[in-house]
Amino acid sequence: MISITLNGQKIEAREGQTILEVAREHGIRIPTLCYHKDLSPTGNCRICVVEVKGARFLQAACVTQVWDGMEIETHSEKAVASRKRTLSLMLANHPPDCLTCDASGSCELQDLAYEYQVEVPAWGAKGTRYPVDSDPNPFIRVDMNKCILCRRCVLACAEIQVRDVWGVAKRGFEEVIVAGAGTTMLEARCESCGQCVAYCPTGALTNKMSYGLGRAHQIEKVTTTCGYCGVGCQFDLQVRDGRIIGVASNPNAPVNGMALCVKGRYGWDYIHHPDRLTKPMVRRYLLEGKEKPKTPLSERSASALWEWVETDWDTALGLAAQRLGRAREAHGPDSVGVLTSAKCLNEENYLMNKFARQVIGTNNIDHCARL
Amino acid sequence: MAGLATAFGSGAMTNSMDDIAANAQAMFVIGSNTTEQHPVFGTMIRRAVRQRGVKLIVADPRRIDLVDFAVLHLQQKPGTDIALLNGLMYIILEKGWEDKEFIAARTEGFEAFKETVMRYPPEKVSEITGVPVEKLYQAAEIMGTVKPMAVMWAMGITQHIIGTQNVLNLANLQMLLGNMGVPGGGTNPLRGQNNVQGACDLGGLPNVYPAYQKVTSEEARKKFEAAWGVPLAPHVGMTVTEMMPGILEGKIHALYILGEDPIMSDPHTEHIRECLEQVDFLLLQEIFPSETSHYADILLPGATFAEKTGTFTNTERRVQMVHQAIEPPGEARPDWWITMELAKRLLEGRVLAPDAPYASWEYSSTRDIMKEINALAPSYGGITHERLEAGERLQWPCPDENHPGTPILHVGKFARGLGKFHPIEHIPPAEEPTDDYPFVMSTGRVLYHWHGGEMTRRAKGIMQVYGQALIEINPEDAERLGLDGGKRVRVTSRRGSIEAEAWVTERVPPGMVYANFHFPDASANELTQAVLDPVAKIPEYKVTAVKVEVVGETAGATRSKV
Ligand code: SF4
Ligand code: SF4
Ligand code: SF4
Repeated sequence: MISITLNGQKIEAREGQTILEVAREHGIRIPTLCYHKDLSPTGNCRICVVEVKGARFLQAACVTQVWDGMEIETHSEKAVASRKRTLSLMLANHPPDCLTCDASGSCELQDLAYEYQVEVPAWGAKGTRYPVDSDPNPFIRVDMNKCILCRRCVLACAEIQVRDVWGVAKRGFEEVIVAGAGTTMLEARCESCGQCVAYCPTGALTNKMSYGLGRAHQIEKVTTTCGYCGVGCQFDLQVRDGRIIGVASNPNAPVNGMALCVKGRYGWDYIHHPDRLTKPMVRRYLLEGKEKPKTPLSERSASALWEWVETDWDTALGLAAQRLGRAREAHGPDSVGVLTSAKCLNEENYLMNKFARQVIGTNNIDHCARL
Repeated sequence: MAGLATAFGSGAMTNSMDDIAANAQAMFVIGSNTTEQHPVFGTMIRRAVRQRGVKLIVADPRRIDLVDFAVLHLQQKPGTDIALLNGLMYIILEKGWEDKEFIAARTEGFEAFKETVMRYPPEKVSEITGVPVEKLYQAAEIMGTVKPMAVMWAMGITQHIIGTQNVLNLANLQMLLGNMGVPGGGTNPLRGQNNVQGACDLGGLPNVYPAYQKVTSEEARKKFEAAWGVPLAPHVGMTVTEMMPGILEGKIHALYILGEDPIMSDPHTEHIRECLEQVDFLLLQEIFPSETSHYADILLPGATFAEKTGTFTNTERRVQMVHQAIEPPGEARPDWWITMELAKRLLEGRVLAPDAPYASWEYSSTRDIMKEINALAPSYGGITHERLEAGERLQWPCPDENHPGTPILHVGKFARGLGKFHPIEHIPPAEEPTDDYPFVMSTGRVLYHWHGGEMTRRAKGIMQVYGQALIEINPEDAERLGLDGGKRVRVTSRRGSIEAEAWVTERVPPGMVYANFHFPDASANELTQAVLDPVAKIPEYKVTAVKVEVVGETAGATRSKV
């Protein structure tokens, strides 16, 4: 243990901790932009600078380790002025589009501008320097005009997804984030996982499928578990007006943290697909109380008895029970087979098992785990 | 996982994904294209390699993405996994790298096993598998000297006629190395669908009640008879791969199918069509008019995961909440509600034992159902919605409300007591290439799609990136066949043929093609065969003999019968 002075208070810290970590442990919020706890700290955005007694320059709290006897002021006049200057420079290069931006309300740059009351400077570059929505990736909307060069996307792709799609090109005012050697994302072997979007603090990278459908304060979030593969990632479904409009990472997800794959993050639009079945349907022959006609499959579409008829639940369930019951009576319980679903809930699988064994009286139950 | 249950007494993944990612020093991935099939775990493996320097060995006939991260790629011929593993274990024994203490204290059957393995010297194994002797030695050295090593596999191991033996041999390997019951080790079958684990755990199998209580055990049967208030069938039921032909044999007259699409997912599609056309009554509960719905007599609209509340169990036995976010569309209903209403109607007028505590079908939510599961499935005894909602992280076995769950299985002792070694002999695949069918076709999924594709084919962006079936073929073969850019190929097996666009790629070795079953127009299952592993009843999807012809640039995939 070492002892330091933080904003005039003597406190204990562990060797190797950064100023930022110690401050957060003690409930002092040093603002950050490029820093994210899941990614390697780089100290390049200069928002988290603090004043350290005896040091010639302000120190980036996210990369500077504490030492015994260190005296730190996190919100000194000098530190605050520096942050304002940094923000002002960022905003000068940032289109003042908050009115129409998807990220408004969840944008960390906007939050800091608000906190430090920094306006877009009058001399700022107003025009767009890069094409808006510049990449054909069907999931990720790229607008580098809004990029603050924090490099979180670069690190997220390299350290979380381990794919190295994003990089930095050119220097100075020309500096820009590019996919591969200036290709499209998919050409740079992007897997469309959306990790870079999840870590981007601004509206530079957003979700195409959700664009324009709702902003943070309009969205209800429901934490749930992915319905695709056995990894069992968790995420938040974003809901507005009774419809899913997107998926967002939930940092507390036990298995995956912020990470998701393309299916989990972007494979949700089937839920509202017009093909969804919305009414129970029975073949006409059942409604007319007839036996199943022996029509070959190819001729069924032309046969009136094979026509689908939409019914209410009571009719459909009644007919289903009647026909299953008949098979059971006539040929014994083992003439009925039940296929349960590896896509459905545990509770539903239990009920299917109880249905086969208790209600029908057979062990003919299986699912497609073998397939 | 029949194999693991035989060796250890429990068939699930032994370790957790985060444990493997954090603690394994070596990883052996065989028959799992992890970054495409279990993508987020795939990235955890990539991270472990890049950030911790984990030594990754990949054994796969294809040059899958993980190969880029591996220190070694063992490119065995399809269907030769047993010989490969025996060869590796031969070297481990030859060099004395086995964990003698572990073998003596915690296992049985070692001598008979060793006798078999010693019949697989590296030269012979190299001949069978096509893996150079030198690489066998390099792999065995990593396995023998870098501990702990975690083994991961998926359908590439189980979808063979000898799938169960494959699994037993992986269990042999991990016992031999003493990698069982420790962090960062274990035998880890990655389960495909989101809730395959849960479907198995909760009685969705013909031989067991929930929590793997055998239907042939009188004690278990008495327990469920007392709970449900009816006499129960004492014999094992039929698997899905037996039910289908059972229709034509007059054994199965009616089917109740929940959210499954046998036309797309079962082998030898043409045969399944014939079976479903013949069945007396088919009740299908689905979210989409699937390929199978054409054969249904009644179609009931169910709900997606976003429209209901309950639990899924992931591949590492972790039970997690699913929360309803929106209402099902139109008249669609949660599937548990539909099954419940159907059961009530079938039970009308039937007499159940009045004192049976769980005979009734009155549930107001899945929370009620979970309470019944807690009472009847011992490994789920303490997994309640209340605990999960409070943020507890629970992996079964979790026998009671105070139990913290079990992240690693078989610590200190196997579920069956001693771990059992099984001598496993190499058997060639049922179908090997011939002059008429000179290629081996293997099947599986791709990153962007899911299973029969019912959901992902209706996801717009996904279709933009991967919108049609592609047949992967090696550049050497492509050149020999005169296949250049954008051409279509016809792939024909003894059972059928499909046409699709070729993807010329080094991912497959010469002599092999790879197809998926996501698209009904060109589903690989038109070609596969219904030859089953005799124990696990899993069809052989990974080895089908086919021929490949170029068909030119016609648009639109087509399907034709042989
Ligand atoms: S979507 Fe994923 S793979 Fe693609 S650039 Fe972003 S982080 Fe990288
Ligand atoms: S695109 Fe977003 S994450 Fe990437 S550097 Fe720009 S602002 Fe940061
Ligand atoms: S997000 Fe991807 S990896 Fe995670 S559970 Fe869903 S499908 Fe699997």
